[in-house]
Amino acid sequence: MLRMLSLGIVATTVITAAAAQTYQLTGPHWTREQREMLRSLSLASLGPVPADPSNRYADDTAAARLGQRLFFDTRFSGNGKVSCATCHDPNRDFQDGTPLAHGAGTTSRRTMAVAGTAYGPWLFWDGRADSQWAQALGPLESAVEHDGDRTQYAHIIAAHYRSDYEAVFGRLPKLEGLPEHAGPVADSTRAAAWRRISASGQDDITRVYANIGKAIAAYERGIGFTPSRFDRYVESELTGRTHTAADALSPDEEAGLRLFIGKANCSTCHNGPLFTDNHFHNTAVPASADVAGIDSGRAVGVRQAVTSEFNCTSRYSDAKPEDCDELRFAVTEGEELVRAYKTPSLRGVAERAPYMHAGQLATLTDVVAHYNRAPAAPFGHSELRPLKLSDAERRQIEAFLRTLSSPLVVPAGTTP
Amino acid sequence: MSAIRNLRNASSRTALPRAIAAAVVLSLLAGCMMFAKAPENLDYSRTRRSESGLYRGTILPQGDSISQGRLQRWTLHLETANGAPVDSATVWVDGGMPQHGHGLPTRPRVTRALGNGDHLVEGMKFNMGGWWVVKFRVNATPGSDSLVFNVKL
Repeated sequence: MLRMLSLGIVATTVITAAAAQTYQLTGPHWTREQREMLRSLSLASLGPVPADPSNRYADDTAAARLGQRLFFDTRFSGNGKVSCATCHDPNRDFQDGTPLAHGAGTTSRRTMAVAGTAYGPWLFWDGRADSQWAQALGPLESAVEHDGDRTQYAHIIAAHYRSDYEAVFGRLPKLEGLPEHAGPVADSTRAAAWRRISASGQDDITRVYANIGKAIAAYERGIGFTPSRFDRYVESELTGRTHTAADALSPDEEAGLRLFIGKANCSTCHNGPLFTDNHFHNTAVPASADVAGIDSGRAVGVRQAVTSEFNCTSRYSDAKPEDCDELRFAVTEGEELVRAYKTPSLRGVAERAPYMHAGQLATLTDVVAHYNRAPAAPFGHSELRPLKLSDAERRQIEAFLRTLSSPLVVPAGTTP
Repeated sequence: MSAIRNLRNASSRTALPRAIAAAVVLSLLAGCMMFAKAPENLDYSRTRRSESGLYRGTILPQGDSISQGRLQRWTLHLETANGAPVDSATVWVDGGMPQHGHGLPTRPRVTRALGNGDHLVEGMKFNMGGWWVVKFRVNATPGSDSLVFNVKL
């Protein structure tokens, strides 16, 4: 009797294993439309990094090497302790893991990841910069981030980077007689010193400042993604290969993927190989208790982008006006912009808690619960509607999101 | 927006309650649209007659296919109901996703007339898959009318 039972167990095990093998061979039967969606989300669908006409040094390897050194140099700050890498930590996917960024002070926003940003037309949560180099210049002058200023930075370049800078950008302007600290910053002493500099002197210094941004952008441009388990799964599915441990998704992860592109509507905004539509949405994210004042998101950000001293149409841009169509045709007013924030990429999302533009949600579980609940927006109009997902479905989506993690690509020879 | 304008222009004691009622109705409609399904048998053809029949329009996306996530230029060919090319027209571009209740992610414009009824439309972009509507409001000698195109991505 006992022997028969054992044989039965063995037989059941063999049949179950065979069924699992068959399941692995055939996959979960994606429809043609779903397979196209999977293909569109796969990293294999990501083309080469698009040209940045506003930065003629974007693909200059010497500029990238210089940019890498600037990225990690804490001298580019008011207190000598803050570099880009302070918040964009390369050991943490170029972010800091805290709700609000901490530089010279505390900002009102979550540090954004760097990888893949060369593909996006708008930088920052509110898209107030329209290129990587314009983005890099914002924190350098912010009183709560680097808290430095333009003449200080030009002096640092002259003292420590002159030959590398001049090899890429040409001769530095004469800096003799310029104050150690001056710039159009919040600090009234440095701002007053800046106003005393002639217009042509300001222009010379600002060009050095813009070039610092362009070098940093050339470095950041090479920071990208490697294929995740999800990408390997899709490749295996689309080519009809048998899944191996390296490219299989568990039943829960597969179910989560199905929900992601189906019932849960995640791929409506998180679309394309970077899982972002590069646009701005009000998704009813609660206001942060740690941020004073009202944050209107894109409604303010787009005005800053349009009037930015460093936008695509500015004198410091290398682009022709016809290269600046994102800016030319940007939506600049309307209720849809109010409290709308950029759709972040979901690649590596499990490694980047906390979430949302001010780190309001601590975990992925909280994020999925938020989208399921679809609360009213603090102000403005939310695009969400309740998803009515079961507890199991929410866990499955979260399980799928964890398959999007992978190591980053960092330009060769430019690690810290 | 029209409800907001109505509120701003309300001058009599009865205008304000009417405007508020209009705003409530509009918001309810918007809410319904969020939940609406795409109508079946939508006409996705690239040549359409205008709503009042004054014009016939054809959209010609650059590269022929309509792509997702990238800025694109279109040519809008305009002719009268009798087939005469319309060159001197003022054209406004609008659109959005009726199911989602939002507009276009960009503000496209007709930037110049190319001759023979063709007009260059710049700044077209669709950031999501699904059903989109693109509307051209045309004002020329025959009168004002609207051309509405359905786009599926």
